[in-house]
Amino acid sequence: MATTPVQTKDRSAVRTLLRLWPYVRPVRARLFGAAFVAVLASCVGLVIPLVLKWVVDGPVAHRDPAGVWLGALYLLLLGLGEALLFGLRRWLVARPLAGVEAAMRGALYRRLQRLPVSFHDRWASGQLLSRGTTDLMLLRMFLAFPLTFLLVNSVTIVVGVIIMLAQDWTLGLVILGPAVPVMVTCVVFEKRYAAVARRAQDQVGDLTTLVEESVLGVRIIKGFGRHRSQARAFRELARTLRGTELRKASLLSTIWGVIVTLPEIAIGAALVLGTVQVADGELSAGTLVAFLSTALALRWPVESIGFLLAMSQEAATATERYFEVMDEEVEDPGVSGGRPSTDQRGIRFDAVSFRYPDAPAGSSPVLDRIDLHIRPGESMALVGATGSGKTTLTALVPRLHELTSGRITLDGQDISAMSRDRLRSLVAVAFEEPTLFSASVGENVLMGAPDTAGGPELERALAVAQADFAYALPQGTDTQVGEQGLSLSGGQRQRLALARAVVGRPRFLVLDDPLSALDVHTEAAVEAALRDVLAETTALIVAHRPSTVLLADRVALLSGGRITAVGTHHELLRTNAEYAHLMAGTEITEAGEDIEEADAR
Amino acid sequence: MTAPTTTAPDRKQPAGDAPGTGDPFDRDILPTPPGATLALLRSLLAPMKARVAVTTLLLLLQQAAVQAGPLLVAYAIDSAVPAFRRADHGPLIAVGAGYLLCALASGGLQYAFILASARVNQDVLLDLRGRIFRHAQALSIDFHERYTSGRLISRSTTDVESLRELLDEGLQELVTVVLSFVYISALLLWLDLGLGAVAVASFVPLYLLVRLYQRRAVEVYRKRSTAIAAVIVKFVETMNGIRPVRAFRREAVNDADFGALNARHERTNGDALLEMARYVVGSRLVANTAVALIVLWGAHRVADGSLELGVLAAAVLYLRRLYDPIDRLGMFLNSYQSAAASLEKIAGLLAQKPTVPEPATPRPLPPLASEHPGREVVFDGVRFAYRTGGEVLPRFDLTLPAGQTVAVVGSTGAGKSTLAKLLARFYDPSEGRVLLDGVDLRDLDVPELRRGVVMVTQEAFLFSGTIAENIAIGRPDASREDVERAAKAIGAHEFISGLPDGYDTDVRKRGGRISAGQRQLVAFARALLADPAVLILDEATSSLDIPGERAVQRAMATVLNGRTAVVIAHRLSTVEIADRVLVMEHGRIVEDGTPAELVAGTGRFADLHRAWRDSLA
Repeated sequence: MATTPVQTKDRSAVRTLLRLWPYVRPVRARLFGAAFVAVLASCVGLVIPLVLKWVVDGPVAHRDPAGVWLGALYLLLLGLGEALLFGLRRWLVARPLAGVEAAMRGALYRRLQRLPVSFHDRWASGQLLSRGTTDLMLLRMFLAFPLTFLLVNSVTIVVGVIIMLAQDWTLGLVILGPAVPVMVTCVVFEKRYAAVARRAQDQVGDLTTLVEESVLGVRIIKGFGRHRSQARAFRELARTLRGTELRKASLLSTIWGVIVTLPEIAIGAALVLGTVQVADGELSAGTLVAFLSTALALRWPVESIGFLLAMSQEAATATERYFEVMDEEVEDPGVSGGRPSTDQRGIRFDAVSFRYPDAPAGSSPVLDRIDLHIRPGESMALVGATGSGKTTLTALVPRLHELTSGRITLDGQDISAMSRDRLRSLVAVAFEEPTLFSASVGENVLMGAPDTAGGPELERALAVAQADFAYALPQGTDTQVGEQGLSLSGGQRQRLALARAVVGRPRFLVLDDPLSALDVHTEAAVEAALRDVLAETTALIVAHRPSTVLLADRVALLSGGRITAVGTHHELLRTNAEYAHLMAGTEITEAGEDIEEADAR
Repeated sequence: MTAPTTTAPDRKQPAGDAPGTGDPFDRDILPTPPGATLALLRSLLAPMKARVAVTTLLLLLQQAAVQAGPLLVAYAIDSAVPAFRRADHGPLIAVGAGYLLCALASGGLQYAFILASARVNQDVLLDLRGRIFRHAQALSIDFHERYTSGRLISRSTTDVESLRELLDEGLQELVTVVLSFVYISALLLWLDLGLGAVAVASFVPLYLLVRLYQRRAVEVYRKRSTAIAAVIVKFVETMNGIRPVRAFRREAVNDADFGALNARHERTNGDALLEMARYVVGSRLVANTAVALIVLWGAHRVADGSLELGVLAAAVLYLRRLYDPIDRLGMFLNSYQSAAASLEKIAGLLAQKPTVPEPATPRPLPPLASEHPGREVVFDGVRFAYRTGGEVLPRFDLTLPAGQTVAVVGSTGAGKSTLAKLLARFYDPSEGRVLLDGVDLRDLDVPELRRGVVMVTQEAFLFSGTIAENIAIGRPDASREDVERAAKAIGAHEFISGLPDGYDTDVRKRGGRISAGQRQLVAFARALLADPAVLILDEATSSLDIPGERAVQRAMATVLNGRTAVVIAHRLSTVEIADRVLVMEHGRIVEDGTPAELVAGTGRFADLHRAWRDSLA
């Protein structure tokens, strides 16, 4: 899992967060309503000390029992109102915000399913997952809490300050004193904290990578007795992370120290000054009580600004990470309804060149001007040395990768002039790495067939792939497999993947080394059954073994990014030294090299 | 998640809402011994008792400083004002100095507390992360075969993360809440017994409310975490299988499936948020009613002269503070809920015992008998069965002399891999012993064992890092020359040199696409570098082409010459270099002899060999 590069480009957190608007828009009424309710609730909270003042200065001072009752009643009503408003705010946003989170997650998933395969080659699934889960939860929390409360607390502070100034402007000014230093600290802190927080997030990513690899590669680690050095590497990374987290804590503790101390000092100063004024008779005791309780009520809004900003900062990072994926270009669906551009039938590669989009500039292409024609109904084996690009070539037919130049036609129709959906309904593939999904065996196989397919098709496909073991599973073909179900052996998975490729009787079939994990007997049986399937389809089969090659009518040899020979197995064995070397293990002699470069057509 | 329910024989397992088979592995509920969760938490905190105490003390002092404010207000109104009128400035100066002191103390202590608690938290997490990691690595292969990698990863990531949240925010919240409850109640009682008593009495409905919330929240949160887990599984599965997803046009179907799971999470998420809303309304109502009652009663008593005005003022100031942290108590309960669930899962993982433990008193291997590096392997009365039952290998005896190359053939499920895993000590035999030059494998420590036996498997996993680093896993102290020599011997040098940065190419970065066959070559080079006395190849050539396989065979004939080798292969081409062939069927060795003998005979191997010969023609 590669850590995604971090561009520490100067970006404004606000501008980043504004990108959330399209997702927030549908629930804007509720969200604004909730913010309004929160402001209201918070104002009610500020009014309560005023009522207290009124009770102390009025009925209490004048020994008026009826007034006291009235005051208590007001307090009760205000308290009731405050409680209900608090609840109303949460009720207003609960479902809509869960909805925003879900909508963003759904959009991410849809987008990821449609991004080019080369994107998925670059991005580890763990990095994508953390964007789809933790980052989105952070964003929901941001919308529910910091966004609202930055507004609410600002309003509360302003209103509270106005109330205090109205009661006694000198005391009010004293209270306002620390505002500027606190704000400066917040701004400085925000910048540094953001940098350290992102560093911590990335280090968590590195640690996750190490964990993931240690789990996936546990057989190798155990097989070489390397678990101690692996644990050391882990310990080192974990220690680095701890260091970063402590750095975060030290920034946080500084801001808290400042944010707690300064306002408190101001309140102390106001208390001393107020006491003098009360003693001088310029101020009533009730006013001082009300004033101080207002000041104390403002303590939380002021203190919270620090962590609200930190949370907003983290939400901005999460937004950035989310849109890193959402900004990627999706695969276009392809033009539909293109007409046959030639009358050539079968699969035809026409000067096809390919290099990976992220390959270093100037490197030679993986595939270089490939010309190859597979006639209708014909099976063509593709043979080449390890790493010669056979798998890459097969991925081009269903357009999992885009050609760099040249074109591929299926029955004369350019695949780039076809909708991808239609193209992939024409071509069925069995991959080298057989992946099964968390579904039943039957569902996994029938994925390759039209929706109308059912039992008979499944039976036939399982028979072709010699996958009778499926019936012997605990619940037969209804047995769950994949990550959430029964784990099958490599050979069993490979046979099911093969069954999936042939179940829909595709016009075009691409098989990437489909029999590598099978034992000799099973392989022979599968080959026998496959012959019938291959007779009625046009197929491209990657092969390492003579036995697989013999399934095909002809063989193409891929070498140095080009098709260097085409012919039957026996022809090539005789005439092509490289082919003989690959298939029979004979040594290449100086003179025998590259003789008989057959016409690729 | 939609697995059909089968009869679960073990009824003691808690009923999860994910139906599945009765196997605790399948349902991701490993049995956690009673009390293990708490014991785990205790053992994590035990080594830092002193620091936890200091941290708590800092928080106590900090709360004392914070809560002193209203007391000073009362003193100022009741004593400093009259004194000041008498031109006695002493009390007022005391108030000012006191408040300044409190302000500095609460800020400074807050600073110290955050630092100290972060240190404790981070050390706990470091310890826990390390424990999970080391334990997972120590657990045997049979555990890893049953516990999916995804779960193990989420144990050490998301589950640790939820404990982190609890430690970072939750515990401080809880301590602050409890402390301020205690402090403020004590202060109120001290200020005035009656008013204090009313405040304390209000804790009863609050407590009931918290209990009610907790009970309902457990349910809601459990549903929510099940829902998000389902979302995650679907997500990961789609991303890891993106090629077949695309090739079989699963996008629309997946959108619908994912949409349904996502909607379920949305619903439970909303439920959880609403539950919190109800709690907040309830707790606020109780709190505000209590404030009104206390003011009402206090005002009456001030009016009839039995209470000082300053005391009422202080009491009212404290009351507002008393109820402030109730919301935070709710949030604490949330993080506690999820951390408890995570810790339980972690404790369940840590309670798993490695079935292949390291010896307490390891024995060394005897010095090599000859100049050849190979050693003799003896299976002495070995039988192997899974603990769940199901015999894989019935009792057998087998001796592989030092330096012999032995091929093991047979169809899938014949027990070839189990034999290899017993020899590599990935499993221990249920009965009998596996001896290496007369020493039981169970008596060898890990470094000694791996100098003795190394196994190369079919899945050639590459770790992040360069090609050279990946090969050097075989022998970390190897020089670059050693690495290159191993790569050359196996025929991997050519393709490695062709990569953008040669041996320094990062296997996960741009341009580092490496095919399955090339990965297997790297795995071989790794084994070659490890230079073991016994080498096991389990289907290690399945993705190689014939020249690749030949290169490996040549390397075995030269570099590995004199070593004991066990080769498991479907392909009979590999068998040609063997001195001896074992044919296995249903866990038993049914044929044993040199390749020539067996080919000449009429057994299964002769059949197989004939079929294979035909395929080459």
